[in-house]
Amino acid sequence: MRVELQDIHKAFGQVHANDGISLALEPGRIYGLLGENGAGKSTLMKILSGYQLPTSGTIRLDDHAISFSSPSDALRQGIGMLYQDPLDFPALLAVENFQLAYQDNLLLDLKSGAEQLRTHGARFGFAIDPHAYVDTLTLGERQQAELIRLLSLGAEVLILDEPTTGISAEQKEVLFDTMRHLAHDEQKTIILVSHKLEEVQQLCDEVAVLRRGKLMGTKPVPCPTGDLVRLMFGEEIARTQKQSFNAGECVLKLDNITSCSEELSIEDISLEIREGEVLGLAGLEGSGQQILLQACAGLLPVSNGTVLLDNIPLEGKSSVFSRIPKLAPAVLIVGFAWSLIRLLSQQIMGLHFAGGITISLLLAGLIWLIGTVLAAWSEQSPYHAFQQRGGAYVPAGRLEEGLIAELSLTEHMALAAATHTFIIDWEKHRAEISGRIQQYSIVGRPATLVDELSGGNQQRAMLALLNQPLRLLLLEHPTRGLDVTSANWVWELFQERRREGTAIMFMSSDLDELFEHSDRVAVFSSGAMSRILKTEETSVDELGHLIGGHRLLTD
Amino acid sequence: MNDTQIIKILASIIAQSAPLMLAVTGETITERGGVINLSLDGTMLLSAMTGFVVALQSNLMLEGMGITGNMLPVLLGFAAAALVGILAALLIAWGSIRLRQDQVAIGFVLTLLLADMANFLGQNHTRIPGPSVAYMPIPLLKDIPALGPMFFSHNLAIYFAFLVVGLAWWWTYKTQPGLRLRGVGDRPESAFARGIKVNRLRYIYTAIGGALVGIAGATYSLSIKLGWSDNHILGIGWIALAIVIFGGWHPVRGAFGAILYGATKALATVLQQAFPEVPVVLFNSLQWLLMLGVLLLAGSKGLQRLVDIVPRPLQRPLARSLRVAAPQSLGKVFVEE
Repeated sequence: MRVELQDIHKAFGQVHANDGISLALEPGRIYGLLGENGAGKSTLMKILSGYQLPTSGTIRLDDHAISFSSPSDALRQGIGMLYQDPLDFPALLAVENFQLAYQDNLLLDLKSGAEQLRTHGARFGFAIDPHAYVDTLTLGERQQAELIRLLSLGAEVLILDEPTTGISAEQKEVLFDTMRHLAHDEQKTIILVSHKLEEVQQLCDEVAVLRRGKLMGTKPVPCPTGDLVRLMFGEEIARTQKQSFNAGECVLKLDNITSCSEELSIEDISLEIREGEVLGLAGLEGSGQQILLQACAGLLPVSNGTVLLDNIPLEGKSSVFSRIPKLAPAVLIVGFAWSLIRLLSQQIMGLHFAGGITISLLLAGLIWLIGTVLAAWSEQSPYHAFQQRGGAYVPAGRLEEGLIAELSLTEHMALAAATHTFIIDWEKHRAEISGRIQQYSIVGRPATLVDELSGGNQQRAMLALLNQPLRLLLLEHPTRGLDVTSANWVWELFQERRREGTAIMFMSSDLDELFEHSDRVAVFSSGAMSRILKTEETSVDELGHLIGGHRLLTD
Repeated sequence: MNDTQIIKILASIIAQSAPLMLAVTGETITERGGVINLSLDGTMLLSAMTGFVVALQSNLMLEGMGITGNMLPVLLGFAAAALVGILAALLIAWGSIRLRQDQVAIGFVLTLLLADMANFLGQNHTRIPGPSVAYMPIPLLKDIPALGPMFFSHNLAIYFAFLVVGLAWWWTYKTQPGLRLRGVGDRPESAFARGIKVNRLRYIYTAIGGALVGIAGATYSLSIKLGWSDNHILGIGWIALAIVIFGGWHPVRGAFGAILYGATKALATVLQQAFPEVPVVLFNSLQWLLMLGVLLLAGSKGLQRLVDIVPRPLQRPLARSLRVAAPQSLGKVFVEE
């Protein structure tokens, strides 16, 4: 299906998100839509997929001017959009998710639904278990399920919004192969929205670049990456160069540690990180990198071995109160025994015996409850010990784990401050955060709520809230979802910390990032960690091999 | 205690649980769609009162015209009660969907308001005899030993409750509209993307749920705890809300929860008779201890272990039947754009 966008404008108040964009897309080709965060890609695609109406401009499909009243209307006319977080139903079975609003029959026929899901899936090279719950599927599988649904409903134009974020390398290959097949053999029109230049080069036939709501130009690909960067940013940016470092004291030492989450365990991991060193953790999502990071921060219990931070074991403080709950069973046994003896020696009757049992139960319960509460109140968790000793942990989920959506930046500052007073000194915190907002160039004011910030600014805010100086910095996907400039800027911050002697350990699914910024890299594959490789002595190929679970080439 | 007595107790458990089952099913449907109707307690009081008074007055009118022994007054009572339930539910739906206010806050205030309204409006009709649903054993089935007296010797209101549970289950899990209902409560933005009118569905299911809650209220005043008095069935609505969670938003499991609640209550009465010296409070707290225990078990890893030890082919169905997932968008406003 031939798609033509003519002079599309979209304004939100003062902001011109799309400013006169005209674009013609031919069937049988794969187009890339490139642009920084906020360049207007999402808005343009929302207009094309029926989520939003343009302020002005026309959309033509096969030379007929049309307008969409809703996303489902757009799909009926042949335009399907795959979101980064697919619009499916986590609580349902894959086959139910497939059938929801698919047909208008009264009765569900899960059997034929499963059959359709399988046959359509096989056509595109996807295998989805129809009877698995959607929330047990990986992100890649959920995308595949959504693609099957869109295509079986007759989508001729497919829009993929950042589809490779968070999926495995193999799933990415399968996805790209399917896209090539759909475009070149089945004459579909495919649009890949991305900010990853490599992917666009790899998959697309032609690329359109947006900047600040305007179309900067189109180019056939492959083409020199520099040309695309110039279109996106106006100038070619130099990537941050890795600096050499003088390894100092050992900051973190792991001695044969074993730890596990609900899904996976990692066993006998040993490593050392020195002051000013950056260690990258590579691997598919959920291969054990995150478990290692969390174990180092005291967020997951270490069942075997020790975590040494500055040569002192990392552990929480227990308190005397934690022994109180252990008294409960003793009280219970004594109470039971006492009642039993009195019953057997015929001092009491059945009912008093029952009463005695009940009272011992209640007493034991009370002791357990009070003990548990007192212990919880007076104990220090390993994570808090980690923080106190100069550690910091930056999670990937900004709004889920890192920040509190409903609080302002000032309030975050008050929470994150090194010292706390009973009555909050708002003036002081406001002054402090204002300084940091400047320093970290966050687009926002002290009173701005963090969920009003854009993703990149939230990331900056999280980093701005870290206290100086740090001994150890643990990072999950530090630049996920950031555009190139923001990512570089974030890494400059880390480099600065590194010069101050902070040791950094981070996980990432971006191989380039791992290569560019780490001194050494460890690869995880289903819970096993490879030998730690010096970055200079390895190659992308080798890492790719290890990530896929193969043995080291040199072994 | 002999067999007849036991069967009698079991039959009364079934009858006593019926209105609770209705209320639980109604609220389950409402919450499945993503709306939480917290006004259950007040709604049930008001509908119990309305149902009784409408039945009483229409019965008096009919008697004035010389007609007696007709089912009409009771049916009118149920219809009026259902209407009360629908109106209360729609108020909550409108407040949350249209005015985008907090459902919990509206529901809470509404339940207090409706309870007081019931007591105020019903003050002239307390403690007087009135019509009730006629006893109607089912021919043939009622003669089955043990099961007959337990399940098939009740009145229409009780049978209706069981029918509703079955229907609700069939609708939610076996039909396309039911699938859409589950989808709307789980992720409204996905449902919207597939062309489903999210808020319209929410209005509809909140109203249906409200009607069932209203009928539940009238079942009390016309079948279980006849008549009307101040705070006639105070607290039942909160219990129903708790059982919805206990039943994991599943109509059949919710019904089991209601029966379990009725059974422990009956057990408390039996125990109380057996041990008259023990304070009543002790036995009355039995049902809460039981529920607490089950919820703790469901929240622990115990169930997963149970799944792991059964034979492989049974694991998946078992895991599925034990799976509990609250509607993810429960209580959240969805703005269609």
